[in-house]
Amino acid sequence: MAFGKISHGLGQTIGALGLSAVAALTAVVPAFAQDAPAAPSAIATGAAQGAAMASGAGSYTPMKPVEGIGMPIDGAYGLQTQFSKTGEYGEWIHNIILMPIITAICVLVLILLVVIAVRFNRRANPVASKTSHNTILEVVWTLVPVLILIGIAVPSIDLIAKQYKPAPEGALTIKVTGNQWFWTYGYPDNGDFEVISNMLNVPGAPTINNGVREVGSKPWDGPSHLEVDNRMVVPVGEPIRLQITAADVIHSFAVPSLWFKLDAVPGRINEKVLVVEKPGVYYGQCSELCGAKHGYMPIAVEALPRDKYNAWVLTHAGAEIDTGKKKPAAAAAVPAPAADASEAAPAADATAEAE
Amino acid sequence: MATTADHFQAHSEEHGHHDHDHKPAFFARWFMSTNHKDIGTMYLIFAIIAGIVGGAFSGMMRVELAHPGIQYLDTFARWFGAVNPDFNTTLHTWNVLITAHGLIMVFFMVMPAMIGGFGNWFVPLMIGAPDMAFPRMNNISFWMTVAGFLSLMVSPFVPGGTGNGAGTGWTVYAPLSTSGSPGPAVDFGIFALHLAGAGSIMGAINFITTILNMRAPGMTIHKMPLFVWSMLVTAFLLLLSLPVLAAAITMLLTDRNFGTTFFDASGGGDPVLYQHLFWFFGHPEVYIMILPGFGIISQIVSTFSKKPVFGYLGMAYAMVAIGVVGFIVWAHHMYATGLSVNTKMYFTAATMVIAVPTGIKIFSWIATMWGGSVEFKSPMVWALGFIFLFTVGGVTGVVLANGGVDDVMHDTYYVVAHFHYVLSLGAVTALFAGFYYWFPKMSGKMHSEFLAHVHFVIFFIGVNMIFLGLQGMPRRYPDYAEAYEYWNHIATIGYMVMASSLVVWFVNIIYAYVAGKKVGDNYWGEGATTLEWTLSSPPPFHQFETLPVIGETAQH
Repeated sequence: MAFGKISHGLGQTIGALGLSAVAALTAVVPAFAQDAPAAPSAIATGAAQGAAMASGAGSYTPMKPVEGIGMPIDGAYGLQTQFSKTGEYGEWIHNIILMPIITAICVLVLILLVVIAVRFNRRANPVASKTSHNTILEVVWTLVPVLILIGIAVPSIDLIAKQYKPAPEGALTIKVTGNQWFWTYGYPDNGDFEVISNMLNVPGAPTINNGVREVGSKPWDGPSHLEVDNRMVVPVGEPIRLQITAADVIHSFAVPSLWFKLDAVPGRINEKVLVVEKPGVYYGQCSELCGAKHGYMPIAVEALPRDKYNAWVLTHAGAEIDTGKKKPAAAAAVPAPAADASEAAPAADATAEAE
Repeated sequence: MATTADHFQAHSEEHGHHDHDHKPAFFARWFMSTNHKDIGTMYLIFAIIAGIVGGAFSGMMRVELAHPGIQYLDTFARWFGAVNPDFNTTLHTWNVLITAHGLIMVFFMVMPAMIGGFGNWFVPLMIGAPDMAFPRMNNISFWMTVAGFLSLMVSPFVPGGTGNGAGTGWTVYAPLSTSGSPGPAVDFGIFALHLAGAGSIMGAINFITTILNMRAPGMTIHKMPLFVWSMLVTAFLLLLSLPVLAAAITMLLTDRNFGTTFFDASGGGDPVLYQHLFWFFGHPEVYIMILPGFGIISQIVSTFSKKPVFGYLGMAYAMVAIGVVGFIVWAHHMYATGLSVNTKMYFTAATMVIAVPTGIKIFSWIATMWGGSVEFKSPMVWALGFIFLFTVGGVTGVVLANGGVDDVMHDTYYVVAHFHYVLSLGAVTALFAGFYYWFPKMSGKMHSEFLAHVHFVIFFIGVNMIFLGLQGMPRRYPDYAEAYEYWNHIATIGYMVMASSLVVWFVNIIYAYVAGKKVGDNYWGEGATTLEWTLSSPPPFHQFETLPVIGETAQH
């Protein structure tokens, strides 16, 4: 279901038309981007599009998200639809195991209270019994919950084990850094360029990020408060090693529809595998209080097929295609123009805690 | 303290009668009070005032959240002294509101009302003691809590980084609370916690000593009313957990002001260490807030069912078990911080264990009512509301206990809903139940049962509208995507409904003092069997000058 509609032609036309306007806007940006050289902004993307459209290499038009996929739905109260294996498993545990059990317990308690109100009120039962012990009953209501909890614990523990399987050798690594109040995504396996991701401004509201365009000004823009200027683009269907850290205070990288949440802690690198099953745009938001604009640093993950991902990679200066077989030494040999910027975390003693 | 009882008996021989009250003059009575009932009253009044402030803050948050976009925060920022606030200052005000709301409700509303208020009033009465063990320490506990509250009230008006006030969340996580928040606001907030914490530790010492040493002759530990049991367990939790908080926030202070780096990775510290310390206190803290509520509900359910509590020993030791296990589950608040897999598995399993004693309590309350002759007086309907709301809060806790599921729920409105169901809807409902149960005993005047029921119905409808959140709306956001508007709007309406129920409550209190009937010793009738019902309403200034003797047949 719901492959994001990739509006190539349309997007590019409008992209070209809007190019000069965007360029004018992005030129002002750099209040935030100043210490990040060669920020891969819309300019770079657009320029690369123009240059390399025909060959298919180095071209990229952001994908238009599908309404209601990878984002919250107004009035809904269930979990967002999941697009990862652990997400589907977790959703199953929640929807098939946990939710029915807790609903049944609440309903049971409610029914018992109603029965008491009907049968044991003062008029219906004027003389109270004096029963105050029943060993069998007490043992039962201790043991039955224990059994239920064991039943819950088995898949739950299994889910944790699956979530934290380390990434396979050669998995693409993406480095996520939380900043006050934007995200940066480093691609060490693709030539170590870095993407700076700011929330788009909301029309009619105070400016959130200077120099960033307004949401809705491009045809591929998703919902306000969730859409960003530069998304975190990932290849679909393959395990990606996300290494998450922060430059200033604690943030949390969270995407509800991918069942993903991991804190970005300054001085630590938290690692976890992300596998997105279907192409699409998946939105998330910072989930650890990080100061004034905590509510204004959303996350947008765009999952593309490998060839389109590679084409996106090539729109960046100094980028190269990751073959999946690269040795760590090779990565170091590549000239990485944006390397300084990715060293945002203050800590030298970063520890890979969760794997 | 083996001589205590003799001493008081000797004392009573000199004076003879009960209502021989020597009330001190106003200032000495209320500002230098050593009387547990007066201190309890002051705690209750203080908690009501703090609750109004904290509730007003949540009202400010709910109106802002009614619609997407920022509508009122700018005005609120001006209230806190910002002149022409820029956008960041405006947004900072939001964080000040969430921080103040959390700290006030936890430390200056629920805890003072439960422990300081009802605990002070009724622990000595229920165990047949003339007063608390350390009356003067009782006094300073109260005034330190007040001083802490004043310190917290200064905080929003002094600089705290991006704007006035401490915008760190009630959890005060480093490094947002250290390098992320220059200015004295956070220091005032930390100082407030120090004062309130010291007050609570002294209160805990007082309760433990009182309960262990000052029970009336014949009242063995297994004959104590469950409310006293709950206070005993709570006091131990306070005594063991608060020093850890004190240490953690002291380290925050030195990190902030004296160049230490306990929680700064660049100096060899670790921000996550703070979270471990905080939640080592923080998780027992949630039981500190709810256990006295359990005790209150047990008394009420027993009274209005006209039956002794079902499974008394199970109930008492379920609370002890909750207290013990409560100390070894703290990191379930930290599933997203990057704990190792095995750690997550352990905390998942340990956390789920708590559901067992909690289930015992719920089922025992139901079994107490089963076969009873239940009267639906106002405390009882509040207690029934509590049982249901707490069940909802409890089972959502079982969902959240799963470390793997928490990935999608951590720091969303699901968590907010969960802890408000157990605390705001649970503990506060228990407080109202206790209030209607004991208000006539404390004041001597009967409230309006009709208004009390109206209060309950409106409150119950309102609170159940407020919280929802599986779609992933993150907490602590002043503004949100349009897709979250529907439920946010309903939640704000729910808040208004809930707030209007409080008007009924205040009217009811005024009614009681103006036109309320005088009540006798035991206005709830045969089901009320604990010692406070043997005394007049209100009880004499000094009670039990002749210690009551508890016979073999006494009920719990």
